[in-house]
Amino acid sequence: MAKITYIEHDGTAHTVEVADGLSVMEGAVNNNVPGIDADCGGSCACATCHVYVDAAWQHLTGVKNESEASMISFANGVEANSRLSCQIPVSAALDGLVVRMPAGQH
Amino acid sequence: MSEAGIVIAGAGHAGGAAAAALRQFGWKGAITLIGDEPLLPYQRPPLSKAWLKGEATAESLALRPERFYTQQNIDVRLSSSVASIDRADHAVCLTDGTVVRYEKLILALGARARRLGLPGFELDGVLELRTAADADRLKAAIGPGRRIAIVGGGYIGLEAAASARALGAEAFVMERETRLLARVASPPLSDFFAAAHRAHGVAVFTGAQVVGLAGRSHVSGVQLADGSVLACDVALIGVGAVPNEEIAAASGLECSNGVVVDGQARTSDGDVFAVGDLTNRPLALYGRRGRLESVPNALEQARQAASAITGRPASAAEVPWFWSDQYDIKLQIAGMPFDVAALVVRGDPASGAFAVFHLDAAGCVQCVESVNTPDAFMGGRQLIMKRKPVDAAALRDLSFTMKDLAA
Ligand SMILES: Cc1cc2nc3c(=O)[nH]c(=O)nc-3n(C[C@H](O)[C@H](O)[C@H](O)COP(=O)(O)OP(=O)(O)OC[C@H]3O[C@@H](n4cnc5c(N)ncnc54)[C@H](O)[C@@H]3O)c2cc1C
Ligand code: FES
Repeated sequence: MAKITYIEHDGTAHTVEVADGLSVMEGAVNNNVPGIDADCGGSCACATCHVYVDAAWQHLTGVKNESEASMISFANGVEANSRLSCQIPVSAALDGLVVRMPAGQH
Repeated sequence: MSEAGIVIAGAGHAGGAAAAALRQFGWKGAITLIGDEPLLPYQRPPLSKAWLKGEATAESLALRPERFYTQQNIDVRLSSSVASIDRADHAVCLTDGTVVRYEKLILALGARARRLGLPGFELDGVLELRTAADADRLKAAIGPGRRIAIVGGGYIGLEAAASARALGAEAFVMERETRLLARVASPPLSDFFAAAHRAHGVAVFTGAQVVGLAGRSHVSGVQLADGSVLACDVALIGVGAVPNEEIAAASGLECSNGVVVDGQARTSDGDVFAVGDLTNRPLALYGRRGRLESVPNALEQARQAASAITGRPASAAEVPWFWSDQYDIKLQIAGMPFDVAALVVRGDPASGAFAVFHLDAAGCVQCVESVNTPDAFMGGRQLIMKRKPVDAAALRDLSFTMKDLAA
């Protein structure tokens, strides 16, 4: 279980508890947090689950595989800390994680 | 009378997404979600993939967990079937006689598997794949040593063939056209998938017209037009889907291969919206209309309807897209192959990673089919949106990155 804070582009923050084994994307979708669309349901096929991972957490959220890196490099407003949230598995180690959302996913 | 609110008929991908989008966009009134399946809205894509292979749980299949609907105050009525719509009265009538009144109605009734009416269709072991219940029947029927006949070489049939091989079953695919995926993919892609399935031990027959199913009470084979019979233990019929438009048509809503909607998912009645596989929709980028059967389409239209109802500005038309997973092959398609003048293949199909670009006469990308090349999919999608001619030779040249080409 991890408490995750999702911050919308306009600054609205949503803090929710997400069970281990789910992805950071599923945590948002299951709680209707706006700003993560996740059109492909986590297949790493759509890049509509783009988030920015706060610096303090980058080393704990793992590394992008080739497919994720390739998909995300085309997303709007991509930054060094951009990730596809469906590719970040949740565990207790991520308790307190903060991710921010881009202006849009489409 | 308590406020009638929004009624969503059909609790599949589009209906479930519409309910969630309405709340996200600030709708505070009542939402009633009515579906005839016993399950909360779930994802169908895994039914032919991870779910069939036993790699997904019921939880991961569900679009959202049960508590979501309580928390969001969405009244979900499962195993409830809508019988008719009374537009004059702003109400839907359920098969059990219940009348549910609406302020706005969103139709999300989806599509059903097409039936061929072949002799022997009613035999045990002749299956289709549209619902979780269908998938469970199929899963129970395949396993090591079993032989599955797949009638129809479209995405669902091919994905099922790949999953059947993963489960140790024998599989053969019978396609009436001269190539697999004939209606939905380019010839280079058809060739690639035929080779991939054969390499995984699937027998692929094209130009093979199935005329019936043989068997006493349980299917024992498929009969071909030339009189031959190929033995099987189970047959999956995957020959497309037809929209569940009858109720809408009976209520006088305009239908034409689907319920006719505008770019905001509005039907010919301003208080009735329709979303997902059910609809015949504008394809704004192509100046045409058509019916799409994909999750991204269901989600886009769910957002359109929710925006229109909550008074949010309409969003720009999205590039239609689709994905399919078979073995270790990740296929992503963006756009639609209308008015195609040239096909450009980028990368070598034999390498297992390539993309087919469809260009119109002006050299603009209309569609890209990408196999294990997410950069071609993403870059291609941007090129389709931009409608800027590209140089075919540069597109073919792997020393140019997709980022450069799409810039
Ligand atoms: C096996 C399979 C694999 C797929 N794979 C992919 C894929 O990889 N990628 C992709 O993009 N798309 C895929 N699709 C397509 C995708 O699942 C559909 O486009 C999507 O489900 C459409 O959503 P929908 O809500 O319009 O229809 P549905 O999800 O079919 O939902 C309609 C619901 O309405 C219910 N209903 C119908 N009539 C009534 C009534 N009278 N009263 C009450 N309820 C009713 C139905 O039972 C159903 O539950 C796949 C589909 C299948 C079947
Ligand atoms: S949900 Fe589609 S890429 Fe993450």
